[in-house]
Amino acid sequence: MTVQELLLMRHEWALIAGVLILLVLELNFSEEQKSKSIISAVVIFTIITLLGFLPAESGSTFGGMYVTDPVRLLMKNILNLGVLIIFLQAGSWLQTKNNYNRVTEFYLLMLSSVIGANFMISAGHFLMFYLGLELLTIPITAAASYDQYKSKSAEAGIKLILSSAFSSAILLFGLSMLYGSTGEMYFSEVRFSNDLIQVLGFVFFFSGLGFKISIVPFHLWTADVYEGSPTNVTSYLSVVSKGAAIFVLVLLLINLFEPLRLVWQQVIYGTAIFTMTIGNLFAIRQQNLKRFLAFSSIAQAGFILLGVIGGSALGMATVIYFVLVYVFSNLAAFGVVIAIEQYAGKVNMADYNGLYKTNPRLSLVMMLALFSLAGIPPLAGFFGKFFLFTAVAASGFYILLFIAVLNAVISLYYYLLVVKAMFISKSESPVPYFQSDYPTRIALSACVIGIIVIGFYSPVFEYIKQLCLISF
Amino acid sequence: MEYQYTLWIVALPLLAFLINGLGSGRLPGKVSGWIATIAIGGSTFLSYQTAFQYFSSPSREKVIAFKTTWLRFNETLHIDMGILLDPISVMMLVVITTISLMVFIYSQGYMKNENGYDRYFAFLSLFSFSMLGLVVATNLFQMYMFWELVGISSYLLIGFYYDKPSAVAASKKAFIVTRFADLGFLIGILMVSYYTGTFDFDILTNPDGLNFSTTASFLGLSSITWALLLIFMGGAGKSAMFPLHVWLPDAMEGPTPVSALIHAATMVVAGVFLVARLFPLYYAFAPTALEVVAFIGAFTTLFAAIIACTQFDIKRVLAFSTMSQIGYMMLALGVSGYGGEEGLGYTASLFHLFTHAFFKALLFLGAGAIIHAVHTNDIREMGSLRKHQPVTHILFLIACLAIAGIPPFSGFFSKDEILAATFATHPIYFGIAVIVAGLTAFYMFRLYFIVFWGKEKKYEHAPHEAPTVMLIPMIVLAIGSALAGFIPFGHYISSDGQSLTLHINWLVAITSVVIALAGIGVAWTFYKTGSDASQKVIKALGSVYTSAFNKFYIDEIYILITKGVIFRLIAKPIAWFDRNVIDAFMNLLAAITNWVSSQIKEFQSGQVQKYAFIFISGVLIIVLSLIYATQ
Repeated sequence: MTVQELLLMRHEWALIAGVLILLVLELNFSEEQKSKSIISAVVIFTIITLLGFLPAESGSTFGGMYVTDPVRLLMKNILNLGVLIIFLQAGSWLQTKNNYNRVTEFYLLMLSSVIGANFMISAGHFLMFYLGLELLTIPITAAASYDQYKSKSAEAGIKLILSSAFSSAILLFGLSMLYGSTGEMYFSEVRFSNDLIQVLGFVFFFSGLGFKISIVPFHLWTADVYEGSPTNVTSYLSVVSKGAAIFVLVLLLINLFEPLRLVWQQVIYGTAIFTMTIGNLFAIRQQNLKRFLAFSSIAQAGFILLGVIGGSALGMATVIYFVLVYVFSNLAAFGVVIAIEQYAGKVNMADYNGLYKTNPRLSLVMMLALFSLAGIPPLAGFFGKFFLFTAVAASGFYILLFIAVLNAVISLYYYLLVVKAMFISKSESPVPYFQSDYPTRIALSACVIGIIVIGFYSPVFEYIKQLCLISF
Repeated sequence: MEYQYTLWIVALPLLAFLINGLGSGRLPGKVSGWIATIAIGGSTFLSYQTAFQYFSSPSREKVIAFKTTWLRFNETLHIDMGILLDPISVMMLVVITTISLMVFIYSQGYMKNENGYDRYFAFLSLFSFSMLGLVVATNLFQMYMFWELVGISSYLLIGFYYDKPSAVAASKKAFIVTRFADLGFLIGILMVSYYTGTFDFDILTNPDGLNFSTTASFLGLSSITWALLLIFMGGAGKSAMFPLHVWLPDAMEGPTPVSALIHAATMVVAGVFLVARLFPLYYAFAPTALEVVAFIGAFTTLFAAIIACTQFDIKRVLAFSTMSQIGYMMLALGVSGYGGEEGLGYTASLFHLFTHAFFKALLFLGAGAIIHAVHTNDIREMGSLRKHQPVTHILFLIACLAIAGIPPFSGFFSKDEILAATFATHPIYFGIAVIVAGLTAFYMFRLYFIVFWGKEKKYEHAPHEAPTVMLIPMIVLAIGSALAGFIPFGHYISSDGQSLTLHINWLVAITSVVIALAGIGVAWTFYKTGSDASQKVIKALGSVYTSAFNKFYIDEIYILITKGVIFRLIAKPIAWFDRNVIDAFMNLLAAITNWVSSQIKEFQSGQVQKYAFIFISGVLIIVLSLIYATQ
């Protein structure tokens, strides 16, 4: 073990150091100074994010338990960007009366979860992967019940921990079958042979991961947990936790499960159709915006599966690009929901009636975010969907493509419902004008810039594509 | 990359647009005008720098100053954004920035005290940005995008006085007509890219680099001929060629400086530029399309010149004159060959484009100064203005002499080359061109004599000379109109990039000057001396005059076709089908979706134990179906 090898884990070291520093700082703050942890956490995490963009070596360490390469680094950087935006948006919520003296708790839980996501992405061994997965989930179940005075929040926490325990059990069951039939746990050593027990093992494994991505039929926890959790935790669940699981799924399918390609293509074919359709059908009916975004994110996960099904480096690039765009679009939408929940305490679609009259800028941000999610050109979301559809067409799954396009139309309908509420519907008592705090404004501006620039600036996709083609 | 700075030529007006657009209503007083003017001034300076650098080097190779891939379809077919420098694009840069700068300065005086001053300059900057992006486009698709941007900024500026119904109608008309033409352009682009696999001008216009292996044909014309004809349709729409010209006279509803910039000097010659840009393609693969270009050009030039003789609105006379002159340019392109002396028409066409930009912009700015003073467009309410506006009078006279083709003004030289080019190839077209030269001289001096001589009219308040800020740009343009003819144009721009020495064809020159002088002479006797000869001629011509005065009823024919035929016989049944079949089907789909959605909501019960049940059922279903599928 050399220093070089240890430095391969730069992202994880930085996060662990961040956790420790925050803990020590917390001890030094007096009761009145607790809110200072907000600033320190944001500063520390900004540094961590920037560090992540420094050039780095690829390779493996800990005897192959830990693997890193440019694509994995890119994935971690994308997740870090998402977390940074969430931290910026969380500031005003953490300063409220009930929360301000346990601010650090929130950040520690989040950071621990991100460490888990990073280890999961870089895993080179099934157990390493499992540890990462649990480390990703368990802190978030605590964060989901962070609003200790709200029963909904407690409900969300308990539902999340129960469901995820259940899915972990199934995933471990799958792992044991895979181990039993191949006798190996290292990704580099495992050899699959299309044996029935391996197919079974794969399905159990897939459903455990599908739980994190909220693939239908493993998605049922999503709406309740998204609704009950504090909205900042919801946005973390819908963007970072889901994004990490998608990244791992695409990495493992393309490398590890390549011999089972025919099997997993069938599985994904079926689940993608159900995920898109069910997500959309439920989203249409929602009045609560947090539930609405929960189902919209299920439908989006269905679209992402389209990029996975080709099982090529190009498909992987489209998935990474789509997640990058999704991070900005979804966090912009959540940012607006958080701001309005914070200042007016309202989360229902009817409360957004006439919002454009009182808060034009927030409405425009929300509109851009929803248009991007719906895939309207020239916003980044359009290109994300466009590349995904191209990848599916290139793999020859035309019926799937047709269903996906139909679903894209349905999704446009319910995204426009919100836009209609904000811009067209009139209201007797619209949400009054308010000025959101600076960090939120910075976060929303960053999202808007991301939504617009990533679409127009094509080298982003070319860069991701090159990375994927070189690495795989 | 020694030409990297050319990016700023395009970027500066865009910045001005963004600043003025975003700061709309917040910028104090005249700041928006200054921002826009300074930005376009910077572009002008850089354009001159580019022209100097480019033309002083002996090579006339195409230079890609900047290029980035925007959308990639496959290895050869991708949409780029970039800057292509070659003789014609560099020349267009100079023309556009010069005229823009003059119009921007002039507008500061003309638009003073107007509502929406900053909006005006924002749109004007948007236009300059789009036009500059159009001429430096490296590929057909970029050109198309900027082409549409030009269209939209033209629309915004024609409808600048949006509280005036006629302006709104005119802007809509301009947009719809040109948009209809652009549909042809788009189909043409798609066809060309389908058969060649590229959008890139570098490959498309390389005479040795292309071969079309297709034999596909339709109605006896090859597919590439159809493609180029459709592309020309786009050009004809923007350049107001018959029968897509109907929008241009109405577009005069916009502020006069806008007419000078967009509807005289720059945007309307985009069609000429388009054909010139693709000229090698036209020449090598679609001579038939080129014949169509020549025919449409010749027809339009005569058609518009006749109408111009009968109009009384000063701006409409100029608008028809613009159509007629662009017809000239198209005609010259259409009869041109490729390479050496054969390519005279190509050079002549762009030479005329260059000189025309100066004197036509000057004519419009002059008209603006007149309208500014007398508050009417009708020349019958003007007269003896030389006493009130001595400077404008002289400048307007210079422009009239230039457009009439009197030596040594610039129009003489470029028109002479066009006449020489037609003389060498098509005697009939030469005849038409000579007649139009006479008509041009006649209608311009008809305007001149009525407005500046004629009887003194009763004005509400005495007309005044235009302010200095309006006069200076006019003086600059007058110098250009007077001297631009002496530029050895063929040395810089020719069909094949080789230097071409232009010499005056004396036989043609003398003919055209005599005809022009005759035209002026007729105008003199009709309108200067105050005789009633013109009335007698009008009576003698009878219905011919009436139909020319009514622009040969083209507008009415359009209305008959659209309202009477298309709307009633095609649109109505389609609308019925759409409402009762398509919509009903969609409503059915929506109803089904809603119904399914309400049926399955039970799954989302909120009970974790049920969730777990569904979870494990899902796993089992997947497993079972896989086992079934593999059996």
